[in-house]
Amino acid sequence: MAFQFEETKTIGGVKFGVLSPDLIRALSVTQIVIPETYDEEGMPIRGGPMDRRLGTVEPGVRCETCGNYVSLCPGHFGHVELARPVVHPLFAKHIHMLLRATCRVCGRLLLPEEEIEKARRMAKRLEARWPLLKYKYGESVAKKAAKVTVCPHCQAQQYKIRFEKPYTFYEEREGGAVTLRPTEIRDRLERIPDKDLEALGLDPQSARPEWMVLTVLPVPPITVRPTITLETGMRSEDDITHKLVDLLRINQRLKESIEEGAPQLVIDDLWSLLQYHVATLFDNELPGIPPARHRSGRPLRTIAQRLRGKEGRFRGSLAGKRVDFSARTVVSPDPRLSINEVGVPIEVAKVLVVPEKVTPWNLEEMRELVRRGPLEYPGANYIVRPDGARIDLRFVKDRDAIAEALKPGYIVERHLRDGDIVLFNRQPSLHRMSIMAHRVKVLPYRTFRLNLLVCPPYNADFDGDEMNLHVPQSEEARAEAATLMLVQEQILSPRYGAPIIGGLHDYVTGAYLLTKKGTLLDRKRFAQLVMEAGYEGGLPEPAVLKPGPYWTGKQLVGLLLRKDFNFEGKASICRKCGTCVKELCPYDAYVVVRNGELMVGALDKNTVASQVPRTLLHEYVRRYGSDAGRELLDGLYKVFIAYLDLYGFTMGLDSLDVPPTVEREVAAIMSAAEKEVEELVKKAERGELEPLPGRTLEDTLEQRILEVLSRARDRAGEAAGRILGMLKEAVIMARTGARANMLNITQMVAVLGQQSLRGERIKRGFTGRVLPHFKWGDIGPRARGFVYSCFKKGLKPTEFFFHAMAGREGLVDTAVRTAQSGYMYRRLANALQDFHVAYDGSVRTSEGFIVQFRYGEDGVDPAKSDHGEPVNVDEVIKEVIAERGG
Amino acid sequence: MSSRARKVNILEHELVPQHILLSEEEAKRILKRMGISKMQLPWMLASDPVAKALGAKPGDVVMILRKSPTAGVAVAFRYVVRG
Repeated sequence: MAFQFEETKTIGGVKFGVLSPDLIRALSVTQIVIPETYDEEGMPIRGGPMDRRLGTVEPGVRCETCGNYVSLCPGHFGHVELARPVVHPLFAKHIHMLLRATCRVCGRLLLPEEEIEKARRMAKRLEARWPLLKYKYGESVAKKAAKVTVCPHCQAQQYKIRFEKPYTFYEEREGGAVTLRPTEIRDRLERIPDKDLEALGLDPQSARPEWMVLTVLPVPPITVRPTITLETGMRSEDDITHKLVDLLRINQRLKESIEEGAPQLVIDDLWSLLQYHVATLFDNELPGIPPARHRSGRPLRTIAQRLRGKEGRFRGSLAGKRVDFSARTVVSPDPRLSINEVGVPIEVAKVLVVPEKVTPWNLEEMRELVRRGPLEYPGANYIVRPDGARIDLRFVKDRDAIAEALKPGYIVERHLRDGDIVLFNRQPSLHRMSIMAHRVKVLPYRTFRLNLLVCPPYNADFDGDEMNLHVPQSEEARAEAATLMLVQEQILSPRYGAPIIGGLHDYVTGAYLLTKKGTLLDRKRFAQLVMEAGYEGGLPEPAVLKPGPYWTGKQLVGLLLRKDFNFEGKASICRKCGTCVKELCPYDAYVVVRNGELMVGALDKNTVASQVPRTLLHEYVRRYGSDAGRELLDGLYKVFIAYLDLYGFTMGLDSLDVPPTVEREVAAIMSAAEKEVEELVKKAERGELEPLPGRTLEDTLEQRILEVLSRARDRAGEAAGRILGMLKEAVIMARTGARANMLNITQMVAVLGQQSLRGERIKRGFTGRVLPHFKWGDIGPRARGFVYSCFKKGLKPTEFFFHAMAGREGLVDTAVRTAQSGYMYRRLANALQDFHVAYDGSVRTSEGFIVQFRYGEDGVDPAKSDHGEPVNVDEVIKEVIAERGG
Repeated sequence: MSSRARKVNILEHELVPQHILLSEEEAKRILKRMGISKMQLPWMLASDPVAKALGAKPGDVVMILRKSPTAGVAVAFRYVVRG
């Protein structure tokens, strides 16, 4: 339920500041002084970093501050009084800025009074409207002030302050550089008046600069750095605790040395050591200092390391979570599975469990599963008694007794078995179809198996892809998954009005070969194919009686379609003739289905493929729903690949064979084109070329050359294509839309054509020429990346190089494009993720704010639309006429 | 020509969809139908040129009728806020 928005309390903003020493002491429950954790008896030392007042992490121990047990005690801060102040390493940059911008004697901002006043007013104004700009402005003020060498307020001489990462400051006086001790830094920062800080864009109420030099250090609660007790009874402290112990030890020694009046040199040494420990407590990856290490030599994981990076608190723990009841492994294909199924390895099925309530009706079955136990396959791993106690069957000696004790009301966590509903997912999950519900089919071997037809929604292939599987644990979750997320419910994509599940590649080829004119099947073959689809009715009348009974592939398709199905459409093999003669098409490229019989036309990409709108598949699913769609995909489509197997479809070099006459024709076309280009170049040199509007002469020439060459290639392709008929496998695949296109075939048998970089002919390389094989200033086709050879004959070395150049550009482009569009999509998805379509058709946020008054302005569900349009009027009219018998 | 005479009534511009200032009762009825408070409508600044032209004040609800290629006329509402 979206909660009703009321104008009561809203968060106005979040403000970050710097903790003051007073605040640190006020937050603290105790001062920590002793650099030891536990005494000999294993009791925490009072006043040490594991002080009981800092909270409790041991079960059964009350916190000495709040009196709660582990689950309720939030933990409490302590504090350390540092013997000498040290610089907070994460604020060192800000300290540097402030030291440079203010007077070393009087602490004023190094600008005349009027300018300070002006900057203050500016900062105030910016704060109201562009809070982020305020800090930028402050920086610019500081930069200006840093250039001043004499204080305008007290006329004191200013020196340059040099900052050495990560926390050392030098003042470059006449006599040489002098190290500034944190005490001196703190004194100077204290002198800066509040007014001047405001001019720098700082808020003195929540961030006085002297607080950036620590005198008191907060000690994080024990809950933040719990002791880990190993199984051997050994106790091991958190890295932060280790760090605190080191820090306290040095702090104590420093304090003692000062009290004893030790030489300044000794004190300075200890002081800088304390500074090091404080710095590494905050961040152990500071540049310029060695990371603090554990006894084993492993760098310590301190506060900044916990938060930062991929495994850090933000990206690792808050934005990313891990779940139980899931599995991940490599996927491989299995065309014999239903599209709704997923093959699960037995080994996985034995680990993933489904909780099943024991009832009088399944009591015996559950007992048998318990008896079989966790190791035998259809077994069970756990039992949950009605009192909530879990029994782990791995450690039960007498499972027979346990099984006998089973009564209705118990819950058995049984192994995954055939028919269970699971969720299947492949990353990146960009779609709702990236997570779909499947029915389990337990299989041998170690990969997840899926039907090839569901590759497009997951965008999966089998070159090593891995996928995830999740087992819903409640009846509600299973019901929801089965009714809403089952694969068959996702056949029609909401992304575009077309099926996303459907045939690709071999399915298309198979469909064409089966249904093209002249495919005849004898009784044996016809029966075998129809069996693949699970058809159990009788055989129709054979289409051919002499020389024996033969059936056509079209008849086979007709058997598997519903009897009242009608469809009409152009196939992909359509030659795009001037006037379409429709069902009289000589190429069998016009598909007509009448009353569930394929009358004319061969099936191909435009009838059976996925991601194509208005196909036979699309209309079928729209008309009869997802169950019928699944039946079609599990039945008819299986026949397509079965027939392809039977046919023995294979492409070899012979499918690219062209007679020598055609080769000569291609060569003639190309040499004519070359001559034409030469003419153009000469014409341009003579200045006779008329520049195209809005282009320079060179541009025009380039354009014209490209035109000539591409026209020549097209003509060469046509010449070759005329000879390569529908008998060549390569052409079948291209024409039916299974894979590749006619252009690719041209490139294999005739000419590869122009190679390009950034849409232009290749022109970069050596001075005046791309490769040293050409003459200077040669702008002919060959020298600018036109490849006369074809793949079949092989490329010349220069041509090969040009081809590699263009190929590399393509690779780089895809790499860049996927990264950019992926990030854009991610931002969009994050911004829109909580929107939903309410029952009144409006789009609302989780708080009930209205985003659109009607989804997509017209309230149309794209999955049910006709390629985006709410209704296809032509189709409706056709249907009505058909019904009236017109 | 004075500057006053040259002023264009933006409400009549062809690219500006039809805006209608709703009365308190009409607004109430529409909000009740959608089951929301005024705050939950999309907002429109009182300084928006159209709001100024309509004379809409903060707290008013404006109805917008937009021509749409798919839906014919798409209806939307705006809650006028200070600014």
